[in-house]
Amino acid sequence: MRLTLHVWRQANSAARGGMVTYQLDDVSPDESFLEMLDKLNEQLIERGEEPVAFDHDCREGICGSCSLMIDGIAHGPDAATTTCQLHMRRFRDGAEIYIEPWRAKAFPVLRDLITDRSAFDRVIQAGGYVSVNTGSAPDANAVPVPKADADAAMDAAACIGCGACVATCKNASAMLFVGAKLAHLARLPQGQAERRMRAKRMVEQMDAEGFGACTNQLECEAVCPKEIRVSVIAAMNRDFLRSSVF
Amino acid sequence: MGTRWLANFLGSSIGSKVTVAVSGLVLFGFVLGHLAGNLLVFRGKGALNDYAEFLAHQPGLVWTVRAVLLVALLAHVSMAIRLQLRNRAARPQPYARNATVQASLASRQMLLSGLLVLAYIVYHLLHFTVGATDHAAFEQVEQVVRNGATVQRHDVYRMVVTGFGHVPVAAAYVVANALLAWHLSHGVSSLFQTLGIDDPRYLSWIRRGGIGLAAVIGAGFISIPLCVQLGLIA
Ligand code: HEM
Ligand code: FES
Repeated sequence: MRLTLHVWRQANSAARGGMVTYQLDDVSPDESFLEMLDKLNEQLIERGEEPVAFDHDCREGICGSCSLMIDGIAHGPDAATTTCQLHMRRFRDGAEIYIEPWRAKAFPVLRDLITDRSAFDRVIQAGGYVSVNTGSAPDANAVPVPKADADAAMDAAACIGCGACVATCKNASAMLFVGAKLAHLARLPQGQAERRMRAKRMVEQMDAEGFGACTNQLECEAVCPKEIRVSVIAAMNRDFLRSSVF
Repeated sequence: MGTRWLANFLGSSIGSKVTVAVSGLVLFGFVLGHLAGNLLVFRGKGALNDYAEFLAHQPGLVWTVRAVLLVALLAHVSMAIRLQLRNRAARPQPYARNATVQASLASRQMLLSGLLVLAYIVYHLLHFTVGATDHAAFEQVEQVVRNGATVQRHDVYRMVVTGFGHVPVAAAYVVANALLAWHLSHGVSSLFQTLGIDDPRYLSWIRRGGIGLAAVIGAGFISIPLCVQLGLIA
């Protein structure tokens, strides 16, 4: 395959960036999107140019490191698929592809396609945990959990924190992420003690980081590689209302 | 008892959203009631003017509703604008290539449709409530005989027929109410989601019902200027 790539290049967070166009030949349809970028980088290095910096780690769709807005869609055109699991057969030969970093005030660009997503870490630190005194391990079956709750908690816990929801949201809102983190603990007995405080603190931190507010357009649900549903946002709104008004 | 909790709540993203949703629900409820009253025009002059006379004799009710609506409108507009500003600030650098996967056009143009509806609300109040834009139509009265005596009352029916007899006026009402319906086509289901009411048992009812009610409201209001223009109400 022959591709024309328009890639965002930016030397560092203070520098002004811009789109740079590259031609790439001999791309195999069996390559993943990141392997295609590896190939581009090998050519850039051979030519003595700076390779394109992009985030990645597991390359098997579970760590949440990879990102990329591909033709304006977070993680590219396939539903429920991270960029590392996207394959070039999804594109036509001769295609022009736009590749940009996540764009949000709370996710500043560090270099090229890499953004600083530590705002998510600070939201988790604000309350996305359960405090327990450790001691001898309790019996695993001592706390009964209804199957429906266990399933719902597990669905929410599938969130890998990649930030695609923020990147795709027209308002750069992090509510799908925060909702998922809250729902995953709020559905379990262990999460009850700190439930209200958690919702309040995490929402406050989310606001302080400069994320936007959801307008229920459901773009996040459409691109989330783990298919987190906006019902977690409704659940977050309920818990936040309870903690701050009722 | 302090008020800091309230300031914190209203200052938060979710608190602002809930304010827009609750005030939107109040405005939506009024719009439904207002439509039901207005549709009396199809039952003839007597029915509409009776209803108007009834309201004119309920100043307590009318002014309470007006006060609630004013507060709701101010809260709705101010919080909605503040949210939009916050949302714009959250993405200072736009994408070179931007795609929309499933967000409806209505959901992306809520500020535009809302501001146009606001302009229309101002015009509409000047037109039919204050009588500033069409004084002659507004001043019309009707004589009715009651207990043998002739009394005079405001002829709302004539006012509407005369007002909507002007093509530009009728056209403005048609466009404005189409915009209101467009605003509500996203707004109604959205407010339930914001308030956390989204149980899967009735989620599809909310989503489809929201669009259905928006269409009913649009069609209902538009039918009046349209029928006057077509000569079906005279
Ligand atoms: C009869 C008048 C109006 C009615 C019935 C109405 C109704 C609604 C409803 C039900 C919502 C959804 C709330 C939610 O998403 O939770 C909404 C949202 C909104 N309204 Fe209105 N509205 C009216 C007038 C206005 C006006 C005058 C403006 C002017 C700025 C406006 C601006 C907005 C905006 C920007 C939103 C989006 C908020 C968001 O998506 O989070 N609306 N409206
Ligand atoms: S690299 Fe780990 S999810 Fe893509």
